[in-house]
Amino acid sequence: MRLTRRTLLAASAAALAAPALAQTQGKVVVIGGGFGGASAARFLHRMGLDVTLIEPNAQYISCPFSNAVIAGLRDLSQQTFTYAALERQGIRLVRQMASKIDNSVRRVTLADGVMISYDRLVLAPGIDLNFEALPGYDEAASNLMPHAWKAGAQTMLLRQQLEAMNDGGTVIISAPANPFRCPPGPYERASLIAWYLKNNKPKSKLLILDSKDAFSKQSLFTAAWKEIYGDRVEWIGLSGGGKVIEVKAKDKIFVTEFGEHKADVGNVIPPQRAGKIAISAGIADQTGWCPIDPVTFEAKLAPHIHVIGDACVGGGMPKSAFSANAQAKACAYAIGTLLRGENPAEPKLINTCYSLVKPDYAISVAGVYAPAKGLLADVQGAGGVSAANASASVRAAEAQYADGWYKTITQEVFG
Amino acid sequence: MKERKTFRFATTTGGALTALLFCLCGSSLAAPQDVSQSPPGASACLGCHSAGETELPSLKALSALDIETAMDAFRSGGRDATLMNRIAKGFTPEESRAIAQWLATQGHAK
Repeated sequence: MRLTRRTLLAASAAALAAPALAQTQGKVVVIGGGFGGASAARFLHRMGLDVTLIEPNAQYISCPFSNAVIAGLRDLSQQTFTYAALERQGIRLVRQMASKIDNSVRRVTLADGVMISYDRLVLAPGIDLNFEALPGYDEAASNLMPHAWKAGAQTMLLRQQLEAMNDGGTVIISAPANPFRCPPGPYERASLIAWYLKNNKPKSKLLILDSKDAFSKQSLFTAAWKEIYGDRVEWIGLSGGGKVIEVKAKDKIFVTEFGEHKADVGNVIPPQRAGKIAISAGIADQTGWCPIDPVTFEAKLAPHIHVIGDACVGGGMPKSAFSANAQAKACAYAIGTLLRGENPAEPKLINTCYSLVKPDYAISVAGVYAPAKGLLADVQGAGGVSAANASASVRAAEAQYADGWYKTITQEVFG
Repeated sequence: MKERKTFRFATTTGGALTALLFCLCGSSLAAPQDVSQSPPGASACLGCHSAGETELPSLKALSALDIETAMDAFRSGGRDATLMNRIAKGFTPEESRAIAQWLATQGHAK
């Protein structure tokens, strides 16, 4: 790197900031190594804190872009990351499940009985699929009708079922009521499966059965489907009888209040809740999600425990990888400040989600969030979705930016 | 490696992919940045804008003043964008200035 006056200035500014950092001391345990937890571990460690990351899996398989894997446009290896860079950085990695949190003595118990104490705990367990919420849909049923809402074997199962389907078949996706992981995800998935069908099985159809009447980027998706996929994609909302109330997995039947729909390939995206440890530790409320303070991300139901990512709830931020990463950084800042005995300033957060409608066509939603009345509320006048009348080159640019975002965020979190 | 002196954010009018042509010094962001002194909103920028080479505009060739000026133009609508206009409206001129200065201090901008 060429040394210039500017880099010297930057270096000296960093040196000036160093004494303040040296005073930040404390033991932080992070549970969960996804976009939220792994980010938090890295940024907390960078601040000089003693960080332990508890994550049972050796690899992380990322959900963003996994819809492209389902449609055969991408390989699962492009979704797969390890924790090697975090370990090189000096973060202590514990490859186990956290089985218990005893917050009264600030201690986590691992599956093997070993206990780890903390000054602050960051809980980033992501989601659990709620296999009790939809009659007929349990883990065994998901081997026949995959959810593919946690990337990995389920992603590949759905892809293989699509590949094995005869032309002329019907693919059905059921989408849950809010809130759930990745609000535009079911509709991006529908789009990319429609792309696969159009190019490989043109006599086939896709039906979305939805438990709600409105969804993320709805007008953009609906217009794009009509333009690109014609009658191939059909969406039935709640008031049209789209709510699935039971699943018959052996026969791939979705039951609604209005009747039954038989699929050749059935993708059930079931209701969700915060990851198991948040529920068992009593950090989630009756909704199944963890309410948080919008400045510190501290759980409203458990002091010293901060919840970030999909498991937390507290305002308008959607459950996305971008949100989890942004929350992790704001939470790391707050924890560092609290451990120095200071009050953290109010954060501002950003979310951006790109969805592919086809390989060279993407649409986005963005939002800016700030604390208001105890919640992380949308900053009025900011955010929104891509322009309805945008040109093909803008849609193509957004598809390129989606790629760029993925490279940047995965580098920041795992690289 | 010399940095390119000219730089544009991608715009919706003409050559939306202009920004993609800028091949910037691929310094790695493997070491996470220090967010302990970051002003509100600043750390979220890095979710898209890294120092590395991607399809998204890097901030590396921009000064703090360039970033502040761009944010003002996105906010006012004086400059088209695919997405930054929607983000910029969520930040006041003062917040944008503080973010731009922090990004420069952290080595994300020049």
